[in-house]
Amino acid sequence: MQGQSNKSSIMMNNLACMRSNRLIYQHISIQIGAREILWVKGRNGSGKSTLLRQISSLLPILAGQLEVNGDIALTDETLTFDPNLPLEKALRFWVDLDGSSLTKLDDAMQLFDLVLLSDIPVRLLSTGQRKRANLARIFASEAKIYLLDEPYNGLDQDNITALDKAMMQHQKTGGITIIASHIKPAIAIDHILDMDQAHLHKKQNGEQL
Amino acid sequence: MSKSIYPLVEREVRNAWSGGNLWMPIIFFISIAILFPFAVGPDAKILAITGGGVLWIAALLASLLPMERLILPDRENGFLDQLIVRGYSDELIAIAKIIGHWFAFGPPLIIASLFAAALIGQGDDRMGLIILGLAIGTPALAGLGVTVSALTAGLNGASAIGGLLLVPIAIPILIFGAASLSPEPGSALQLLSAASLAVTMVSPFAAGAALRALRE
Repeated sequence: MQGQSNKSSIMMNNLACMRSNRLIYQHISIQIGAREILWVKGRNGSGKSTLLRQISSLLPILAGQLEVNGDIALTDETLTFDPNLPLEKALRFWVDLDGSSLTKLDDAMQLFDLVLLSDIPVRLLSTGQRKRANLARIFASEAKIYLLDEPYNGLDQDNITALDKAMMQHQKTGGITIIASHIKPAIAIDHILDMDQAHLHKKQNGEQL
Repeated sequence: MSKSIYPLVEREVRNAWSGGNLWMPIIFFISIAILFPFAVGPDAKILAITGGGVLWIAALLASLLPMERLILPDRENGFLDQLIVRGYSDELIAIAKIIGHWFAFGPPLIIASLFAAALIGQGDDRMGLIILGLAIGTPALAGLGVTVSALTAGLNGASAIGGLLLVPIAIPILIFGAASLSPEPGSALQLLSAASLAVTMVSPFAAGAALRALRE
């Protein structure tokens, strides 16, 4: 399915999502190409995570079109590792499954300061360490499209800088990054998608963010 | 990107065997075999007639033991989602789970049955039949176990509901499995094969559909 389309892209046209009979959002239209970063902004519960899940084909499409070219790497609030495995082995599971390179994993572990934690079972890691481990999983992946749900949560300043650096590196190599965050990322953003505008339950029109 | 199920099966088996989970079904299985003669008395004739059935009931219940950890942990820590994002289908995930579950309890159970059989008065001449029957029937039990775990993942009292769901579907396997050990088996072994084949073939699709429903 890869074929000749080396260029990654995401196209959403009038996209809508419904969960448990509740309309989460509608009329989402945006086009993202290679080397672009999208910031999905919005309050808690505005549908940011849901949008990332829909792009990842984890949720059905209620209406509109969604076209995704390129493999996806997604990180959200889930652990995504076997709790009893040492961190490096846990990361290796995904690296091996994806067939990505071990050097990339080493680089990612170095970047997010995880090398010293290699032998610690995942269940003993702190929230911030788990977050970093998940980011390392993403940046070790060869996928062209990175979907990051609240990537800044639980990171200290050094790691925020590391994350920004990694995202710019991914941009340079032609990748797409979508950041769902209630905080404005410090790096240059190509597109902004405001989920509060797409939110059906937004009644008070006077209220502005 | 080819979707290999080998790493998934390997992971299932590793998770099942780590932390002593490997021994649970076996100890359970042998405990029943030890307790049974105490309950019905040591009469060799009665044991010979009823022992085969007990062996199969024990096998069925042993396959139910790990049901809570087959699907729910993977759903909660995002493993299932990650596989879907990578292009795995729900059915393929289900197949990997079934094969992994079978490896984790099938062969150990068959080995344990060698010891258990003697305890419940099954003579040496029945050993071949017992092993053959369990080898044929356990894949169906694995398929049912994964399907029922997927159906009940996240429900309150999942294992109780799971047991209730599984038992009626497992009855044909139980009937033909136990009958193959009776004095006049007829074509019980063939019917066991047919029932087991049907259940094993359908279960990836049923479990796959249940996994898909879990995502909403």
